[in-house]
Amino acid sequence: MERLLIANVPMEHGLILAAILFALGLAGVLARRNIVFMLMSVEIMLNAVGLAFVIAGARWGQVDGQVMFIFILTMAAAEVSVGLALVLQLYHTFKTLDVDAASTMKG
Amino acid sequence: MNLLFYISAIVAVVSTFLVITRTSAVHALLYLIVSLLAVALIFFALGAPFVAALEVIIYAGAIMVLFVFVIMMLNLGGTAATQETQWLRPGIWIGPSIMCLILAVELIYMFTLERERLSSAAEVTPKQVGIALFGPYVVGVELASMLLLSGLIGSYHLGRPHKH
Repeated sequence: MERLLIANVPMEHGLILAAILFALGLAGVLARRNIVFMLMSVEIMLNAVGLAFVIAGARWGQVDGQVMFIFILTMAAAEVSVGLALVLQLYHTFKTLDVDAASTMKG
Repeated sequence: MNLLFYISAIVAVVSTFLVITRTSAVHALLYLIVSLLAVALIFFALGAPFVAALEVIIYAGAIMVLFVFVIMMLNLGGTAATQETQWLRPGIWIGPSIMCLILAVELIYMFTLERERLSSAAEVTPKQVGIALFGPYVVGVELASMLLLSGLIGSYHLGRPHKH
């Protein structure tokens, strides 16, 4: 039996879209060396996961998917504030946004 | 309704691909906002209007503003003005504008022609989400508030100037 969302779209198509967006975000994290782009790619991945939650919630008409999306949103907001503070520190220390500049540890 | 989902999905995938392939951070940011708006439209089409609004307000609004702040802060100095004119020259706007136009047409179509189908019983209303958040998920809300507080303190600590 084909399971449909409200918009008469099979749930698989929605989940495939979420998977494509997640894969694009993962490719961005792996391929880019600019830390701002890496943070953006992490946002894409978080957003794709939230999309999967909302699609699953819409499939069964339950609120839980949307509640989980709100938690992911909160987590993304906290993560991006800390991440951007780290970007500023990296830039002040190394005068570059290249993450490979910060490849050594102290101690 | 069906076609709206697929058009939004194509816009989301194309703009996300353009995000990870741009060389300029501001251009990538423009496409990232388009991608988030497309996902918001998908949420709307799936009967989740509250989450669609949150996606626009918090993701495309607040979080992207943080990115813009940081990108602008990293480019202070004498060359900033020329750099900004170079970033925002007219040709750059065409790609994101076309995609936003597609999304806007879809939104108008949804509001005018599909209105009766939007108000179907399968839609999950903001009221239901709020009842769930402060009912069975109240511990999660408290934990989220603590997470936000720790994010605030952490970014304040990391953002302080170095003591030499």
